[in-house]
Amino acid sequence: MSDTITLEVLRYHPETDSEPHFQTYTVPYRDDWVVLDALNHIKDHLDATLSYRWSCHMAVCGSCGMMINGEPKLGCHAFLRDYKGSVIKIEPLDHFPIERDLVIVQDSFMEKLSSVKPYIIEDKPKPLEEGENLQTPGQLKVFKQYTQCINCLLCYAACPQTALNDSFVGPAALALAHRYNLDSRDCGKDQRAEVVASNEGIWECTFVGACSEVCPKHVDPAAAIQQTKLSASVDWFKALLLPGEKK
Amino acid sequence: MDEIVTDVAIIGAGGAGLRAAIAAAEQDPSLNIALISKVYPMRSHTVAAEGGAAGVIKDNDSLDNHFNDTVAGGDWLSDQDAVEMFVNTAPKELLQMEHWGCPWSREENGKVAVRPFGGMKIERTWYAADKTGFHMLHTLFQTSIKYPSIKRFDEYYSTELLVEDGRCVGVVAIEMSSGKMVAFHAKAVIIATGGAGRIFPFTTNGAVKTGDGMAMAYRAGVPLKDMEFIQYHPTGLPGTGILITEGSRGEGGILVNKDGYRYLQDYNLGPPDPWPRKKAMELGPRDRLSQAFWHEQQKGRTIKTAYGDVVHLDIRHLGEKKINERLPMVRELASSYIGVDPVFEPIPVRPVVHYTMGGIHTDIDAQTPMPGLFAAGECACVSINGANRLGSNSLAEILVFGARAGRGAAAFAKANKLGSPAAAQQGAAAAQARVRELVLRHDGTETISGLRKEMNDTMESGAGIYRSDDTLQATCTTLGDLRRRYEKLQLVDRSNVFNTDLLQALELGSMLEVAQAMAHSALLRTESRGSHQRLDHPARDDQAFLKHSLATYGGAEPPAISYRDVVITKSQPAERVYGGGAEHE
Repeated sequence: MSDTITLEVLRYHPETDSEPHFQTYTVPYRDDWVVLDALNHIKDHLDATLSYRWSCHMAVCGSCGMMINGEPKLGCHAFLRDYKGSVIKIEPLDHFPIERDLVIVQDSFMEKLSSVKPYIIEDKPKPLEEGENLQTPGQLKVFKQYTQCINCLLCYAACPQTALNDSFVGPAALALAHRYNLDSRDCGKDQRAEVVASNEGIWECTFVGACSEVCPKHVDPAAAIQQTKLSASVDWFKALLLPGEKK
Repeated sequence: MDEIVTDVAIIGAGGAGLRAAIAAAEQDPSLNIALISKVYPMRSHTVAAEGGAAGVIKDNDSLDNHFNDTVAGGDWLSDQDAVEMFVNTAPKELLQMEHWGCPWSREENGKVAVRPFGGMKIERTWYAADKTGFHMLHTLFQTSIKYPSIKRFDEYYSTELLVEDGRCVGVVAIEMSSGKMVAFHAKAVIIATGGAGRIFPFTTNGAVKTGDGMAMAYRAGVPLKDMEFIQYHPTGLPGTGILITEGSRGEGGILVNKDGYRYLQDYNLGPPDPWPRKKAMELGPRDRLSQAFWHEQQKGRTIKTAYGDVVHLDIRHLGEKKINERLPMVRELASSYIGVDPVFEPIPVRPVVHYTMGGIHTDIDAQTPMPGLFAAGECACVSINGANRLGSNSLAEILVFGARAGRGAAAFAKANKLGSPAAAQQGAAAAQARVRELVLRHDGTETISGLRKEMNDTMESGAGIYRSDDTLQATCTTLGDLRRRYEKLQLVDRSNVFNTDLLQALELGSMLEVAQAMAHSALLRTESRGSHQRLDHPARDDQAFLKHSLATYGGAEPPAISYRDVVITKSQPAERVYGGGAEHE
């Protein structure tokens, strides 16, 4: 077993750097360490100026998305043992502006997420006194997969359409819209369609499927988008053939 | 300095902060609400809660049961008026989450399902597989988007409260993307910043849980209550401290020592069969289970690993199907982080710091003694959790008290004017000067990682599962030294944009202050109660200590500790009985 492993980490500081550059660090190698442990070692012992986001260290808070040897991954879920014997290249997530070092600017994602109205929309509000909505395990299963998104943005870094078009609503936000559309408690599909079925919505997706491949939570946004396309087409035909009918 | 005027400022956007924001927005849509957090809402540590949230909803249960389990679980240090209100309100709040779309796990008939949890007489824990906190946090965050009056300030790190004539009138924060300091002038302020588990070396808590809000209130003169009570969760993964939910025992998992023996039967939690059984063995309360581990370790019956001693949590008998359905995250975490697939092998686990029962002194309305300042969630101490929180009460607590704080702050904001600009500016300038001095200091000799490690080590050695006068004295002395050495901290990074060196320095300062409150409160509590176990004072002493401790900030000196009576309404202190004896209760 080698004792150390080398990381090439992209550094960029907007106050002093005209462009990003790589900095090389050598850290102890441990079989059970993840890339985030190596970054924390750098931060604590080698270079306190390195900036990156992290919190839970258990792949659920979604903070530490980064490019690792060119692939979008969670730093807390990428093990050094899978890169043994080679240099690991660490960069901020693709397709986002860099705020500093590995920290990206993610305001655009927050706006896209908000734009799909990701909350239950009822036809008429149900008072609490009426108790719980019944929802069978079968009804839950229909949308459960799409509730698993941790907003880590790996799918945006993987998506070729996000690279081409900044305003594409993108995989995670569209999957979330689909999650609410499929929820038996929700009546908001028409309201979401304004954004979801717009030019910047589902029709921008060319179904490369890269989003689903990199998703650490197996949300499968590509499937969500394809299902939404199908449903939007059916709605469109229904509206054309049966004017006045409720969708 | 930039100035932002708002009606209600909320610090922290986890479960309690989001619930507070929604409650304030619903109470009065005309109020401006600033939701300020050092992380994006979905990164908050509520996300990591796994097992579930307690609330009475089934016919076989009762509010009295939930009350009694909570009060006994807390070793009678809970305020019973607050517990009564809490158990009464929790079901409504959980139902509200259902209406907002939380994907609760269901029974075949479509009703919400509940599972057993430790220390509970009857199963009453609502759950969303084993990602309950994650689903609650995302549901609250996504629902909060509906309310236009909630304006988020993501990645703003709050440093100090603004106080005028004893009333809270705002907060000062650093905009992390620019390094600029911003003064929020608010008619009411809510702190919802979570706990402080990172004070300890081995914790389930994420990096964000550094007690910033507790320290801010404490420095402003609000006491920290019951800080000596720190919960060790009995089942964390060795090395990382990743939580393996109590739900795994709720579903039937067992704990065995190196001989394959269910050792809990030796600690007043047996007999082991029949199993599973409520309030017995592996479904005893967390404090008792963590203490039992300590005793097993003393007897040499734990299993040695590279990351310290462990016991085995065995869920193999549940079978792959049930594990995938009820405990998918447990399987994923154990497989990924220690290479153990619990379908085929037992999971190595050890006790790990999980929760601070203590916190900012609040009353039943989430109000602190400082007018205009409210607190809710893990950062606050009402107290409903007493000396030991029952599993699955905290996710209900953030809803019940988050909502109360939101409504209380909204009412306060309606009834009061903003503070005077001059006073706020003076406070803001002082806060800015403190940060500036830290950044510009050039003759410091201490490092963040060095001081943090010494703090972690002394808290574990002196204020762990079992404590005594000598270990606590040593820890108190060390913490005093560390606080003096903190004044010599040297930053490496003097830049403005996303300066995590600065943020970690500020977090360390907060942790040292909060750690001191914990250690000094523990030193003076010469009894054993719940999670606070003294080897030199092994018995509970209701005569002297049926009281909350209050630690008041002493500047550079240690805190002053005073006491306040516990509110007892209908449950007189008694012996906590688990295992076979509990069936006759």
